[in-house]
Amino acid sequence: MKYFILNQASRLLFPALLILSLIVLYRGHNLPGGGFIGGLLAATAFILVGLGDSMERAKELLRIEPVKLMALGLLVAVVSGMPSLLRGAPFMTSEWLPGFALPLIGKVHLGTPLVFDVGVYMVVIGFALHTTFSLSELAYTEIEEHEE
Amino acid sequence: MNEYSLLLTLLLPLVGAVCLLLGHRSLALQRAGGIVFSSVTFALSLYLVYVVDQAEFVVIQVGDWQAPFGISLVADRFSAIMVAVSSFMGAAVALYALAEIDEARLKKFFFPLYLILLFGVNGAFLTGDLFNLYVWFEIMLIASFVLISMGGEKGELEGGLKYVCLNLLSSVMFLAGAGIIYGKTGTLNMADLAHNLSVAEDVNWVISSSMLLLVSFGLKAGIFPFFFWLPASYHTPPSAVSAVFAGLLTKVGVYALFRSYTLMFVPIFPEVQPLILVLAILTMVTGVFGAASHFDMRRILSFHIVSQIGYMILGLAFMTPLALAAAIFYLVHHIIVKTNLFLVSGVVIRLKGSCDLAKVGGLCRSAPWLAFLFFIPAFSLGGIPPLSGFWAKFALVKSGIEIESWWSVAAALLVGVLTLYSMTKIWGEAFWKQQPEGVGAGPLPNPVGRLSYMVAPIAVLAISTVAIGLFGEPLFNYAERAAAQLLSPHEYISAVLQPNTEVLP
Amino acid sequence: MESLIAVLVGVLFAAGTYCLMRRSIVKLVIGVVLISQGANLLVFTTGGLLAGRPALVPPDGVAPPAPFGDPLPQAMVLTAIVIGFGLTAFLLALVTRAHEAVGDDDINAFNNTDT
Repeated sequence: MKYFILNQASRLLFPALLILSLIVLYRGHNLPGGGFIGGLLAATAFILVGLGDSMERAKELLRIEPVKLMALGLLVAVVSGMPSLLRGAPFMTSEWLPGFALPLIGKVHLGTPLVFDVGVYMVVIGFALHTTFSLSELAYTEIEEHEE
Repeated sequence: MNEYSLLLTLLLPLVGAVCLLLGHRSLALQRAGGIVFSSVTFALSLYLVYVVDQAEFVVIQVGDWQAPFGISLVADRFSAIMVAVSSFMGAAVALYALAEIDEARLKKFFFPLYLILLFGVNGAFLTGDLFNLYVWFEIMLIASFVLISMGGEKGELEGGLKYVCLNLLSSVMFLAGAGIIYGKTGTLNMADLAHNLSVAEDVNWVISSSMLLLVSFGLKAGIFPFFFWLPASYHTPPSAVSAVFAGLLTKVGVYALFRSYTLMFVPIFPEVQPLILVLAILTMVTGVFGAASHFDMRRILSFHIVSQIGYMILGLAFMTPLALAAAIFYLVHHIIVKTNLFLVSGVVIRLKGSCDLAKVGGLCRSAPWLAFLFFIPAFSLGGIPPLSGFWAKFALVKSGIEIESWWSVAAALLVGVLTLYSMTKIWGEAFWKQQPEGVGAGPLPNPVGRLSYMVAPIAVLAISTVAIGLFGEPLFNYAERAAAQLLSPHEYISAVLQPNTEVLP
Repeated sequence: MESLIAVLVGVLFAAGTYCLMRRSIVKLVIGVVLISQGANLLVFTTGGLLAGRPALVPPDGVAPPAPFGDPLPQAMVLTAIVIGFGLTAFLLALVTRAHEAVGDDDINAFNNTDT
């Protein structure tokens, strides 16, 4: 069963939510936001598609299994602690690239804390969507059993 | 270089879990990866023990945030040996799991969770920060929650529910205790906390929050009167899971108790000592009587975890160099032996379809090698010379005699005899007597993997028990050096805080 | 304000303990959740309750002007809440499955693994 309005709205909101989640992720080091909240926002985008269209469509859009996304996120987070080891500083010491200016965005600082946040972002998306997808499968089997 | 050995030992299980999650479709990869990563972790942890023994302390200030502001990872001799023994069990049980964990469980991410469990356990041993210890506990618990209830059978779910609820409560106690301590002292770094409390004028307020931590760690360690969840849940999951729980998880609680009372709460220890002593004696006695009243192999073994935990806590309560060394030696011995006994119970289930002593028998004739492999850890647990358990008990009793704590010595000896009674009960029923007519279930249908995968780790653990018994002196000397470190907390404090103790006005 | 929160923490702990003592497994979950919220609130309060006093160092200073709110307990509580959220979700799923397997929501029916 598809609701027309929800279906159409989810198409529009999906890219908007994803972009918003990326913005929230990026500004998170110094301002409210970060990987966790960004990840939740991105997960809502997929869940919205799942509700408005179908969970299969949401899985297609994700392109990668949530579990693998979670694993990759953990890997990214661990690896983000490594660059400092190269210059002999302790694990997870922040390393920053020199800041540069971009049109529209302004001054950009890139560094390992951002990479760590990207890892968290991926873990949260993976976790939230893995839970949602498994719960939805459970719910559908129960509905089918009920109808039989 | 030293820091790398600590870091690699800690992170490798996590990296392993990530790799196995990425390749979760291939069950062959799961099996191979589980073994490879846990074995390499074990090898690294041995190197860590070597490094720590040379350097006394290995400290990492994560993120270059100097203690007490950042999180410190600290390895001293005690935590290094704990990491090594638990990684040893990790590798042995991973091999055993090949023959016991079925496809359904492998598909539910058994090995990734198993590696995350080891990750959490090692992290708990290596952290130097109270709140970080809470986080490691939670990592370990989340993995263990899923592992214990993974099969989805009635017993597993029921046992899992009890396990989960009690451990959640214990975490809450921990959080509350840590919160109050932070509110009062303004620090969570264990070394800084110990320093602050040792120079504070009034430390009596700490008794209440240290009691919260005592309850929390006691729940996890299974000491009296908080042990009841343990025998109600440990016998439900597959033997590989119960073995690693029995060997490792309760010991993390014991480790945390040792860490608290030899480092942070040293100033109030004299007030708490009688309580810990009484709890230790009651833990030993209730555990062993519980075991005596049972007739199922795994339930008996579960109750023996409780009674053996009492011995270790007794070593903490004595707080003499010999007693602490004996307790550390006891921990090592007990992790190996208890894991091994649970693994043996898994083989009994596989051969006989049950480990209820009323339904099995005749194993001495049908599987003499298994009888031999049971005999060694069982009688080591009972404290028969020259096996490892004898030396552990001997050193502990000797330290008790030295400080003339006659009641605890009497209890320790009595409990030793009763432990032997339980072990001979299992021996007589499962191995010696004839297979009872008409009640045996027969061997398990469709076993998962080759029996030799189960026997190999059991044999390796049995050999190490014998080796510790016959050539245990290097280990005991190491335990003495570790105990000396525990008894001089100022060394730990200065190792962690060394560069900038005077940052704050 | 702190004493009010202290009373609230006590009430949460008491209510949680009461729910834990009940025989329904659903109330068991509620009890665990209430108690863990009580602990979170307790940790939160240890940082001091100061409105509008962030621990920010002014551009020309070396330390935030006293009194300032301690941000660390808030970070700890955030961690604890996230962990608690995950564990509660797991506990609910477990209770549902256990309820299906045992077929009763009375704690007394969960005695098959007892000793």
